[in-house]
Amino acid sequence: MNFLSIFVLIPVLMMVGLFASNNRKQLLTVMTIGASLLMIMSATLTYMYLTERAAGNVAEMLFMADTVWYAPFNIHYSVGVDGISVAMLILSSIIVFTGVFASWKIDPLPKEFFLWFSLLSIGVYGFFITTDLFTMFMYYEIALIPMYLLIGIWGTGRKEYSAMKLTLMLMGGSALLLVGILGIYFSSGATTMNLLEIAKLHNIPVEMQRYFFPLTFMGFGVLGALFPFHTWSPDGHASAPTAVSMLHAGVLMKLGGYGAFRVAMYLMPEAAHEMAWIFLILTGISVVYGAFGAIHQTDLKYINAYSSVSHCGLVLFAILMMNETATTGAIMQMLSHGLMTALFFALIGMIYGRTHTRDIRLMGGLMKVLPFLGVSYVIAGMASLGLPSLSGFVAEMTIFVGSFQHTDTFHRVLTITAVSSIVITAVYILKVVGKIIFGPIQDKHHEELTDAVWYERVAVSVLIVAIFAMGSAPFWISSMIGESVIPVIGQLIK
Amino acid sequence: MDYSSFLQMREEFSLLGVMIFLLIFDIFATENARKYFQPLALVLFAAHTLLNIIPRDAFEVAGGMFQYVPMQTYIKSVLNVGTFLVLLQAHKYLNDFDKGIKKGEFYFLILSTLLGMYLMISSGNFLLFFIGLETASIPMAALVAFDKNNRRAAEAGAKYMFSAVFASSISLFGISLIYGSCGTVYFSDLALIMTNANPLQIMAFVFFVVGLFFKISLVPFHLWTPDVYEGAQTNVTSYLSVISKGSAVFVLFTLLVKVFGNLVEQWQPILWVVTVVSITVANVFAVRQKNLKRFLAFSSISQAGYILLAIISGTALGMTSLVYYVLVYVFSNLAAFGVLSVIEQQSGKVQLDDYNGLYQTNPRLSFVMMLALFSLAGIPPFAGFFSKFFVFSAAIDQGFYVLVFIALLNTIISLYYYLLVIKAMFLTKSENPIELVASDGAMKLSLVICTLGIMVIGLFSAIYNQIAVFGFGI
Repeated sequence: MNFLSIFVLIPVLMMVGLFASNNRKQLLTVMTIGASLLMIMSATLTYMYLTERAAGNVAEMLFMADTVWYAPFNIHYSVGVDGISVAMLILSSIIVFTGVFASWKIDPLPKEFFLWFSLLSIGVYGFFITTDLFTMFMYYEIALIPMYLLIGIWGTGRKEYSAMKLTLMLMGGSALLLVGILGIYFSSGATTMNLLEIAKLHNIPVEMQRYFFPLTFMGFGVLGALFPFHTWSPDGHASAPTAVSMLHAGVLMKLGGYGAFRVAMYLMPEAAHEMAWIFLILTGISVVYGAFGAIHQTDLKYINAYSSVSHCGLVLFAILMMNETATTGAIMQMLSHGLMTALFFALIGMIYGRTHTRDIRLMGGLMKVLPFLGVSYVIAGMASLGLPSLSGFVAEMTIFVGSFQHTDTFHRVLTITAVSSIVITAVYILKVVGKIIFGPIQDKHHEELTDAVWYERVAVSVLIVAIFAMGSAPFWISSMIGESVIPVIGQLIK
Repeated sequence: MDYSSFLQMREEFSLLGVMIFLLIFDIFATENARKYFQPLALVLFAAHTLLNIIPRDAFEVAGGMFQYVPMQTYIKSVLNVGTFLVLLQAHKYLNDFDKGIKKGEFYFLILSTLLGMYLMISSGNFLLFFIGLETASIPMAALVAFDKNNRRAAEAGAKYMFSAVFASSISLFGISLIYGSCGTVYFSDLALIMTNANPLQIMAFVFFVVGLFFKISLVPFHLWTPDVYEGAQTNVTSYLSVISKGSAVFVLFTLLVKVFGNLVEQWQPILWVVTVVSITVANVFAVRQKNLKRFLAFSSISQAGYILLAIISGTALGMTSLVYYVLVYVFSNLAAFGVLSVIEQQSGKVQLDDYNGLYQTNPRLSFVMMLALFSLAGIPPFAGFFSKFFVFSAAIDQGFYVLVFIALLNTIISLYYYLLVIKAMFLTKSENPIELVASDGAMKLSLVICTLGIMVIGLFSAIYNQIAVFGFGI
């Protein structure tokens, strides 16, 4: 049994435990233990990873293991992690942990909710540890399908419409992706499904890459909210229950960026060079359009969903810049956006649970009645608009420094356009914070609200600590990621 | 002539033995002994399935009339397992029906169609093939009309009969053209003669495959499917949708490779078009269906289209993926039909709207149905995902990128309509959902087997790898 497989095994055992539980108390015990174990596991993994690297191990991936699964198709169950996957595993563990606390009082059908939630996390963890294309695709789809039921049953608003839209659009993306993956496998000689080996072979003909690169990139891009395939995101996030929005915006959208980087660009570098300009324009639109979209919304969840489109667009934008600094920034942006968007959604869920509205026009002065949530919301907002010492700053700074290293006009113009999104972000964040947190109380009933209870405080505090930690001590994590993007960048500039 | 060589046809003889024993038992048993008819029949059939599960070496009987290759054991075992599940699901219906008089007939008819499929699968000559085809079709028409007091069943039976006869006669015309142009109907000889693409041979091929396309219910030969599926008793429908189809796709593959292997340039475009049309048309129509039996009929047409993706490759990889796909399809589709039939028997409800809020009252049945639909839609970690992936890979291996792309776009449409059913069961609230449905032990056993199959077959690669040992192709 490989060490990394435990990440997938724990959620499986959680599902078994949930199946055997009879009441809410038992369910929550199982979930808390499982989520804490995952946290411990990711901390241990990070420690082991850093020790191994410090000891001078320069292999591309560590803790590799490989078992043949379907021999006729060269499908192996192979796992391995580099700095990028470790960062993503830490992120997933934090979000799953806080997600459990954020859905402490989920109703109705708590058992089913946690079962699907655990299935979703199997998909997420599996995706980040695997190095096999087939297994990766399988985990990707495992992570998608529980969304339908999670949104459809436990969501709010137009939940059935949103659930169907989200599922079908993401499955559409995965259809493109499957053609891309099969194309990669067969045009690289059909000898291996292992990412690293295909990259080493580096033998996909350029004319084939021209077909399969856009398919793969778009396939992952749909999940990464690439314009014009982002439209599932606002509806989906707005209708989803709190923990699901957190996990989906926090981790699932990162699957898109991670996959686009690890599969599309790593394996098909020539086509990536040729076609980067198309996708740069599209992601540039995502960045600016998402930010402008957020200004016009009045529903808190929609605001945050559009802001996610903008921030995730920045991830794809940065990896397409194809240099070490920008891609390191992209991975850090994934981490940072995952943390702060999860914090946002958690807070919005908690506020909504009290005020029963998410319309910013109907709220005001929440700081007076809900000081804990109010302060946390301000912190989340500051992280989002890139205040130094919070996580957003280091990520965006790295991205823009990296992007500005390109000296030609095309890249300069795009970079400047993307930078402008910071200003727009400030507009909508400050507008919302000023409106709902400060200012006079809008609704008499809001004066009787009570502040966060202990499990909500746990969820919020963990996320805030993580955001502060990343913002104030970014170097260990940026160097861990920086080392790991080098093989991919090396492939791209060959 | 050495008649003892006939004894090598073990599968056929053992099935024939079961059939004749059951027929005699049904006629001569006392009223008291007849109570044990169904358990006895099930045990005997299970024994027949288990005894014939190990492949043997290839052999020929009657001068090449009957040709056995080890792969046939696997497809026959898949059909056996499917038939066993159908019999389990029909257990309650037969006990409730007409004081038990017709139990024996039901078994005899089902097993004779199965025997026909065996002969079709193992035939090495077009005459034996045709005998098999007819043995599989004519009792099937009787089965469709089994519920003789039901007008819709009688209508469906007549419809099946007419279309089957029409298709068989066109097929027979094709065979006569083959004989006319080649002078033989032995597969092994034909493979050597059909080397150049002679127009008459191509025409013969086109006429001939119509009969099989009808059996597989591919567009444009699918028009009987929804009506017959709707009219027939649900257990017969499920038999029709998995077993009948599963045998026909295997035979189609065998013939395309063995007999028409040299015409590959000619038949691949034909299959290409039929695949695209079948998947697309069936999916578009399935979206509109309100009756779940018709809905599953269209879904099965589109599934047949996906199976063609494995056939069109004509490789050993395709053959393996085909058998694997049929195996997974048996479990998934029978799980869906099992739930459908147990609900229909108790409440008489088959409309999509009736399923609103099913999860409140019947959580287990809804769960099984959901697994089945996810598997049919190809969602991991259920078996359907693996089988779909393998047929896609088999097709792409031969360069059918565009075809696979179209098929993949269609999986989104299919996911949409499968989700409609899941939405009705889980999301939609209902004032008066279907009451708690009680199923008998046999039905429960079949649903448990199906669920296990859906969950396990994909994750354990041993099954696929075992099938792959005997895969053959052009």
